Amino acid sequence: MRVGVLALQGDVREHSATLRALGAEPVALRRGEHLEGLSGVILPGGESTAIAHLLATSGLREPLAKEIESGLPVFGTCAGLILLSRQVLDGRADQWSYAALDVAVRRNGYGRQVASFETTLDVEGLGEVPGVFIRAPKIESWGESVEVLADHDHGDGAFPVLVRQGSVWGCAFHPELTSDTRVHELFVSSLADR
Amino acid sequence: MSPETSSTGSQLVKRGLADMLRGGVIMDVVNPEQAKIAEDAGAVAVMALERVPSDIRRDGGVARMSDPQMIQEIQATVTIPVMAKARIGHFAEAQILQALNVDYIDESEVLTPADEENHIDKWAFTVPFVCGATNLGEALRRIGEGACLIRSKGEAGTGNVVEAVRHLRTINAQMRRLQSADSSELFALAKDLGAPLPLVREVAETGHLPVPMFCAGGISTPADASLVLQLGAEAVFVGSGIFKSEDPTRMAHAIVEATTHFRDADVVAKVSTGLGAAMRGAETATLEQRLAERGW
Repeated sequence: MRVGVLALQGDVREHSATLRALGAEPVALRRGEHLEGLSGVILPGGESTAIAHLLATSGLREPLAKEIESGLPVFGTCAGLILLSRQVLDGRADQWSYAALDVAVRRNGYGRQVASFETTLDVEGLGEVPGVFIRAPKIESWGESVEVLADHDHGDGAFPVLVRQGSVWGCAFHPELTSDTRVHELFVSSLADR
Repeated sequence: MSPETSSTGSQLVKRGLADMLRGGVIMDVVNPEQAKIAEDAGAVAVMALERVPSDIRRDGGVARMSDPQMIQEIQATVTIPVMAKARIGHFAEAQILQALNVDYIDESEVLTPADEENHIDKWAFTVPFVCGATNLGEALRRIGEGACLIRSKGEAGTGNVVEAVRHLRTINAQMRRLQSADSSELFALAKDLGAPLPLVREVAETGHLPVPMFCAGGISTPADASLVLQLGAEAVFVGSGIFKSEDPTRMAHAIVEATTHFRDADVVAKVSTGLGAAMRGAETATLEQRLAERGW
């Protein structure tokens, strides 16, 4: 199974390694033609403003939008979650997103780097999973059709950190930075039918 | 999950931010206007400082940490990470930068060193540090002190990529040497490198540094960025190269594109076309002060 990893900027290598560990074939996605024959796409962690900019300049923005609209499964982590969100709070004035996931995220909602943290999350169907949050976005509101697979209370109530809406997945943390591959496995196993 | 069960400042989250910056360009900026240009061009982070290295070189005198007010103004202007420089060994400057909530501290040879023997104990901080290195021993000593990101030093403020190439090639060659060594040779190699044995063993096994390796010092064109990335750098710091060029906005965009598509010569050629003059630059042999020789 070929799974694209958007390879414009960010921790592409970790996502690719995790996919390989799960027996999937990672495909570096830099141009529209790389979308051919993919079972799904991962939008990695990185800087969402930089990735959004590079999506536009590489000509990949529109082709990827069409694929997501037509149901290509996509999983965004951190910056990738921001790119998929319906609404981005505290972003740049001109920040655009694919609006494929009915959530509003606040950029750096958990604080700047000194507030970045590790914790243990309880993920539905998986149990305890390590959660690494780096200048992480916070999902502050979400629609009814959004399934919350894990949440986290950082002292101000529980907010979702891993969500799914049909074939669109998003998480605020970085499963790719740990050796635990189970979150990716959830996404990859959902691609099997395609 | 209550907040008490979460922890900040671990190596994983400190290194993790460096991982997120991979494949990107970190630009030196001296005011909010430049920071905005950098962010608009797709920079992954900015380095807030009062003078870019070429001006520090020209002006002489003691170069210190920037005024907190200017760092805060830049933090208020952009949404991307903001880094700032502390002098080598000046842990009080680093404490101030951490209190200001900067996202990364560069313990930098571009500023005048504050301690001629000791670098900062970087394990004592929640904020992560990047440090420069000219060779593998220096890189591993900095990692031993807690650095979470290494940048090859190059020669800042020259617009001349030759030292960056030398340092990257040196580090790569020394890593290859470790990989080909048998286990009994590693003790003497660690002694020769002046590097901690466990880190030497790790490099011998993995073939790369335990933290990401970026490149700095002298990168001033899209082609320079492509060159150092092909030599194994995972991201680039561009100092004087952007805002000392004829058209900083275009140069910033071009270097970002070249960094993303560094193996695609068609893209690098396209963004290099009609860019205007790069910074003037300086021949290394004519320099009075080699910044890369600061730190050890």
